[in-house]
Amino acid sequence: MVDLTANDRWIPAERRLVTRSVARYVSGRTIRSLLAATAAGVALTLSACGGSPQPAAAAAPPAPKSPPAPAVTASPVATTSVGIANFAFSPAAITVKAGSTVTWTNQDEDAHTVAIAGSPASQPLQNGDTFTHTFAQPGTYSYLCTIHPYMRGVVVVTAG
Amino acid sequence: MTPEIDRRGFLKCMAWAGTGVVWTVTGGLLSGCELGAGQPKASGHPTRDLYFVQVSDSHIGFRGPANQDVTGTFGLAIQQIAALPSQPAFVMHTGDLTHTSTADQFDTVKQMLGTIRAGSVFQVPGEHDAAAGDDKAYLAMFGAQSKGTGYYSFDVNGVHFLALVNSVATQGMGHLGADQLDWIRRDLAGLSSETPIVVFAHVPLFAMYPTWGWSTDDATQALGMMKRFAAVTCLNGHVHQVMSKVEGNVTFHTARATAFPQPAPGAAPNPGPLTVPSTQLHQALGITEARYTARNGRVAVIDDPLTP
Repeated sequence: MVDLTANDRWIPAERRLVTRSVARYVSGRTIRSLLAATAAGVALTLSACGGSPQPAAAAAPPAPKSPPAPAVTASPVATTSVGIANFAFSPAAITVKAGSTVTWTNQDEDAHTVAIAGSPASQPLQNGDTFTHTFAQPGTYSYLCTIHPYMRGVVVVTAG
Repeated sequence: MTPEIDRRGFLKCMAWAGTGVVWTVTGGLLSGCELGAGQPKASGHPTRDLYFVQVSDSHIGFRGPANQDVTGTFGLAIQQIAALPSQPAFVMHTGDLTHTSTADQFDTVKQMLGTIRAGSVFQVPGEHDAAAGDDKAYLAMFGAQSKGTGYYSFDVNGVHFLALVNSVATQGMGHLGADQLDWIRRDLAGLSSETPIVVFAHVPLFAMYPTWGWSTDDATQALGMMKRFAAVTCLNGHVHQVMSKVEGNVTFHTARATAFPQPAPGAAPNPGPLTVPSTQLHQALGITEARYTARNGRVAVIDDPLTP
């Protein structure tokens, strides 16, 4: 990969290269499938946190190599408030009891959404806007920003 | 459509060279280049010179320190087009017309697009035009003559233009999808390999910076269908900065926004709006003039900063 960090500058012809490998990044087609994949990844991560052996890699679908979807690997934090800052959900993984309402607050200058698997996406949140969602049933809920889909988070809902 | 042809004046003004990369000073910035890696066209090829303009990323509805008046700067871009020496055959807006896809934002941008002085005005959507994952509002406003998620093609002066949509149902990067790829295959099937191809899309069709989603995951499939053509030019927005790249017969070029700049790849923790001193904002925004020259079968572009 050539150095593309120089803004407003033409890349000299002899240095012009294009990465031919973008096709390998193909994965599912929809946000739903993406969320499903993310949910699977999160489940494995949480399992690993609990000390259980991880499933053999061969049992999992091929991991997409891009986008660099940052896996939500942090231990879930017990909170009902999630910030959206610097193009990330923080904390990215939370845990709440069933029946809890979680509030997301966009602190970024850019707009973001919260699209939870199985639910309609939020309207775009401008700076300072909030979005709330009540989780009635236990389970693991992945979500992402539909404008910047590499922004991902997870809510682990436990029995009340 | 009868585009103006003013090649003599253009060559005189820009001291244009016939081959290779040409640097041009526009508004004090190094900002111009001749694109197109194909071989010179055979004499008698039935194309004619063509002049068109690209604008991008107006983000109507954005509010923030990076630009307190995106409607005003988009208006400046429209005024700048009106002041060009030649009226462009058409103007293409390469997406993110709106910031959050509201009805008011779409109404505003459609009215503004209607004031552009050009033979025609086209557009493709960006991810901000389907901000909640729903492109219905965009398609209701702009999708009447398009297929699927809003893609279409057209021909001007023998040049074939593809207007692609790679910003809906993304998975972190741009994505064309199987339906659109099939349509591209059919669309190109009847064209001579000598036909100049220009591709518009919002997200780059090359791996500019996948970490920020600045790439299109299935672009190689589309570009593979274009290998037989002498010269393919891909013009996109999304990244709010000028960059160019060549691969074989394909030249990629990204345009400035009219709303706000974004950081160079990896130069910031995230690709969010870049706030520059107010005195430098217009220099960081702009429009892109493009001219196809039948004599050599190439597309040349000039990236003009906004002039207040």
